[in-house]
Amino acid sequence: MPASETRAKSSKLSRQQYLDLYYFMRLNREVEDTMTRLFRQNKIVGGLYASLGQEAISVGTAYALEKRDWLAPMIRNIGALLVKGVPPRDIFTQHMAKFTSPTKGKDGTSHFGDLENLHIVSPISMLGDLIPVMTGVAMAGRYLGQKIVTMTWIGDGGSSTGVFHEGLNLAASQRASLVLILENNLWAYSTPVHRQVRLENLADRAKAYGIPSYIVDGNDVVAVYTTAKEAVERARAGEGPILIEAKTFRRRGHAQHDPAEYVPREQRAYWEKRDPIDLYEKFLTEEKLLDPKRKKEIDDKIAALLEKEREFAENSPMPPPEFASEGVYCTGPECHDLKPKWERPVDELLPPKSSVDPVWIVDGFGRGSSSSGGTAPIHFGDVPAASTENPSVPAKSQGKPAAKPAKKPVGKKPAKKGGR
Amino acid sequence: MAPITFLEAIRQAMFEEMAADPSVVLIGEDVGVYGGAFKTSEGLLEKFGWERVIDTPISESAIIGAACGMSYLGLRPIAEMQFIDFIACCFNQLTNFVAKGHYLWNAPAPIVVRGPSGGGVHGGPFHSANPEMYFLHTPGFKIVYPSTPYDAKGLLKASIRDNNPVLFFEHKFLYRRIKEEIPPGDYIVPLGKAIVRREGKHLTILSYAAMMHTALEAANALAKEGIEAEVIDLRTLMPLDEETILHSVKKTNKCLVVHEDTKTGGIAGEIAAILAEKAFHDLDGPLVRVTSLDTPVPYAPTLEEAFLPNAQKVFAAARELARF
Repeated sequence: MPASETRAKSSKLSRQQYLDLYYFMRLNREVEDTMTRLFRQNKIVGGLYASLGQEAISVGTAYALEKRDWLAPMIRNIGALLVKGVPPRDIFTQHMAKFTSPTKGKDGTSHFGDLENLHIVSPISMLGDLIPVMTGVAMAGRYLGQKIVTMTWIGDGGSSTGVFHEGLNLAASQRASLVLILENNLWAYSTPVHRQVRLENLADRAKAYGIPSYIVDGNDVVAVYTTAKEAVERARAGEGPILIEAKTFRRRGHAQHDPAEYVPREQRAYWEKRDPIDLYEKFLTEEKLLDPKRKKEIDDKIAALLEKEREFAENSPMPPPEFASEGVYCTGPECHDLKPKWERPVDELLPPKSSVDPVWIVDGFGRGSSSSGGTAPIHFGDVPAASTENPSVPAKSQGKPAAKPAKKPVGKKPAKKGGR
Repeated sequence: MAPITFLEAIRQAMFEEMAADPSVVLIGEDVGVYGGAFKTSEGLLEKFGWERVIDTPISESAIIGAACGMSYLGLRPIAEMQFIDFIACCFNQLTNFVAKGHYLWNAPAPIVVRGPSGGGVHGGPFHSANPEMYFLHTPGFKIVYPSTPYDAKGLLKASIRDNNPVLFFEHKFLYRRIKEEIPPGDYIVPLGKAIVRREGKHLTILSYAAMMHTALEAANALAKEGIEAEVIDLRTLMPLDEETILHSVKKTNKCLVVHEDTKTGGIAGEIAAILAEKAFHDLDGPLVRVTSLDTPVPYAPTLEEAFLPNAQKVFAAARELARF
């Protein structure tokens, strides 16, 4: 069992924040319970993947983001989508392959996004692919002058993919404002984490990229939230990517069809006693933030909402067959025309006014003499004057830099937090 | 205007698009400080700075992922593969993430993935690839493979402005070997339009990229024997300009396809199917393929020569077809 690296619960949230976290965890679980019933009624077209016992991670991390920030969930991060503002009907219709779903029936589960309003990038089943994608979103955000943070999730299993390494390394080298949540739920389908990785703490993977990391008890929503909040603030301040390992346990099988009989009984029993919602209810009751009356109000609110959303989904049609051939290419007025939203003067980027003048340029380079025996171009690290903090960000520029390099040096803070 | 190389045409297209539109950025290995392995991006870092000319670690999947992510905020990234062979390293990112985005969740990815491809320069089995057909089989990409500096510049500009992911192949044999005078200023060559490079009436030769020049050389030799071949440069494989192909074949009634890609699964097979479906009664002979061998690209000059099509092979096949 992992040690419980719970951060102090003394971090003061407002009453509303405490109750928001509770509401979204409850909503997350009730949405999934509703889908389990729909699945048993054969109304879910494909697979159903549960996050039972992991709600504190989805909710606590996404709650640390601002509206302008971007996220890309995994399949078990329904809670993060709800926090970001996705209505439950979208999740129901996705699973039921309805024409009213965000993908109009072309994909299921949490595989949908919203570039325009909610800033959600759709996941795909190939784990780790979203890490470089969200790195790119962060890089573009910096270039456009938007002070955004991007967040995505990966599992203990997905952290062994090649693109996890490529993506996190690129994020580190670019110092992208990415917060990566590594949900260590101890199982990749049927393979336990100790048979996947020879690391006690998957947060140690961060050392390979020279980035900070945290370990947090993934079943303690306040700890998850306060850790994520700190990471988001650090990333926004320009400190670069941050990895958070949230220790938890996958209480259901990989998907509905999997009874997960490979899980030791004692392990399951341990974690069932540590249900994140039960733990949080106890905390809220002790802190006098929740009483039976308030709880009943929340119960009723969720029940009424989900009844309405489920009915909408059940009454929605499947897509018409002819829709299958539409939309491979972006053409005509139907196409989603993406326009950059500049939050810095565009003038400074357009030649001849461009002020971005990297320090590592040497005489003769770029004018043809370097390629044929002239002054050799110098590489990162060869220039004493260049920043050692981020080789892709010039430490000083001749003239005005187009974007300010990060203010705070990295590595000042301890690499790990959380009472290790 | 002085004539410019194919390579310079690529550089000019990127330079001009970046100068005109700050949403255009370049990302890849050694594209910045070094100016690209073939110097296609020389001077771009100096002009546009590190935020727009981005040197990356050796991580093709991350390059494509990041380019796609950047496009979601309205940027138009150009992602360079140092050699196109390395596109295999990001096959998943391209085929599963980039290509499917618009169909599945209405997320266009206006990125251009470009890089030096093709053989004939003794690059060996890992620096000579023609991987276009892997991607032609993936719905969602546009695929461009130009043969002249004029087209390279105009097609690259059109690709950068396109709202779909475009795979732009640059035949490295052509980089410095051909020069062409091109008009000053901005122009584009639209995607999906083939061009008739030489008019003829006895047979149609379809080709693209470096092999287009081989086809023209063969056509000139055929003319000395009284065989007038019509040579068509496909320029774009997706969308494929069926109209121009069918129009020509309905006139000449015979068709030969030359490509440097290997034979099995090459575009010639697709064209044969299109002609069988849409011009069956117009054909007076079999569709003939002159392609590379179904092997990896070998290194030794003698082997590579045997592997690749050349003007003699095209000439012989075309003469036989003309007499059919």
